[in-house]
Amino acid sequence: MIELLPACKQCPLERSSNIKKTDMAVTTDHIRDKLTKELAAVHVDVEDTSPNRCAASFKALVVSSQFEGKPLLQRHRMVNTCLAEELKEIHAFEQKTLTPEQWEKQKSQ
Amino acid sequence: MNHREASVPSSAPQLGVSARGPRSTGPRRADVWSAPGRRLLCAAAGDVQKDLGEKVKKDKVVVFIKGTPAQPMCGFSNAVVQILRMHGVDDYAAYNVLDDQELREGIKVFSNWPTIPQVYFNGEFVGGCDILLQMHQNGDLVEEFKKLGIRSELLETEKDSK
Repeated sequence: MIELLPACKQCPLERSSNIKKTDMAVTTDHIRDKLTKELAAVHVDVEDTSPNRCAASFKALVVSSQFEGKPLLQRHRMVNTCLAEELKEIHAFEQKTLTPEQWEKQKSQ
Repeated sequence: MNHREASVPSSAPQLGVSARGPRSTGPRRADVWSAPGRRLLCAAAGDVQKDLGEKVKKDKVVVFIKGTPAQPMCGFSNAVVQILRMHGVDDYAAYNVLDDQELREGIKVFSNWPTIPQVYFNGEFVGGCDILLQMHQNGDLVEEFKKLGIRSELLETEKDSK
């Protein structure tokens, strides 16, 4: 069982510079809309995990047929490219990328 | 446990310039690395990239984390360390990005990957914590270790239980 620490409490270099909110308003809605639009996603869940971390942090589930036939790393890079600007302001980002088929399978489990 | 905490000697001069790539030119001040969007790619940053190219090839398993394997300073970095530990992989190089801001920024540019932790197998970028966790959960990680000539301890466990 992998246990994540409850919060990344001790990133001294991040605390001072990343706590302030930026003008770009990186919100869950903004991220969800962008991922949906640019990856033709059929389903996107975005969770703001900032309360558990020391600065702006998000967790996203993206379901898109554009991921078909692509290995994990390539899928994650597609998401990173889509959110390139936002990721400059985000401290931590978790992502899960599924094809519609994998999503259906997961839901039925 | 014989993972090596590779220390990163900061050989580059302290110009305080980040390796973000050429942007519009700006004044060269000591704190320019902290001003977003206005950075110069300079010789120091080039050295960092070259150094990283060597670092990721020097060992079979290389991780860039916040903190050390003995004391990770971040949940995601801790997950990477725990996963390696579960597989019985303790001979790997771990670089602490919190020790060196140039390393921290440099590895993001080098890998074209925005976050830490970052994992390399045989000089090839594998991904971050999410990817390593998924590979661990779906059995791919044991296979990847096999390709590196590393026998995962979890493979032993499966065999023993049969």
